[in-house]
Amino acid sequence: MNLSCKRATELMSLEQDRDLTFAEWTALKAHLAICRGCRAVSGQFKFLRRALRQLLEEK
Amino acid sequence: MNPGSEPDFRSQIEALRPYLIRYASLQLRNREAAEDAVQETLLAALSAERSFEGRSNLRTWLTGILKHKVIDAIRRASRESPLPGEDADSAAADFDALFDERDHWREHPNPWEDPDGALHQKQFLQALEACLAGLPARTAQAFMLREHAGLDTDEICKELAITSTHCWVLLYRARMALRLCLEKTWFGK
Repeated sequence: MNLSCKRATELMSLEQDRDLTFAEWTALKAHLAICRGCRAVSGQFKFLRRALRQLLEEK
Repeated sequence: MNPGSEPDFRSQIEALRPYLIRYASLQLRNREAAEDAVQETLLAALSAERSFEGRSNLRTWLTGILKHKVIDAIRRASRESPLPGEDADSAAADFDALFDERDHWREHPNPWEDPDGALHQKQFLQALEACLAGLPARTAQAFMLREHAGLDTDEICKELAITSTHCWVLLYRARMALRLCLEKTWFGK
């Protein structure tokens, strides 16, 4: 199945909150392999989590 | 017990009050509620001095207590005055504009330059804080419960009295909005 970029961003967010199903996971990985825009966003979502941690450490 | 230890413990705790208030304000977005939560935390800490003994980091210990007080405050607030449920829908238009009619990017996002370097810059953390402050209230609460307090979505649903689908939508919107905001105010410069 070919994901839309919008659906891919939803799965990337979901992945931070629960385990993806196997179907969701394979579809997302297949999409990321061919979509550099979504790869960028995937890294940014992960970065957000680190940034929030850092914000609390610094305070 | 050493009679000299009590005032010392008290003043050590007191010195951390500003830190704790900033921490609580980030999550509660309401100075008064944050001060209340911190006050409760300090009182609880004073009455539990013995349980701190032997632990190395007072700030970590206090933050752990505060976390629970903040969750209590969010729970109380969402019961007393349930927020209108429009958060999730009102933000939708912003993101829809990013995608074309087939839900693909109109403009491909680019990776950010040296994001981890930014983590050590005070101005970056201020920009992040400003972006957090710009989130709609319920979106921010869900996101903070997830990222700060480390709750899972089942627990967040319970605290905010929303469905798990709604919860995932809020977390998605928070991440998309923060990403856009940081791109605009920091990484796009």
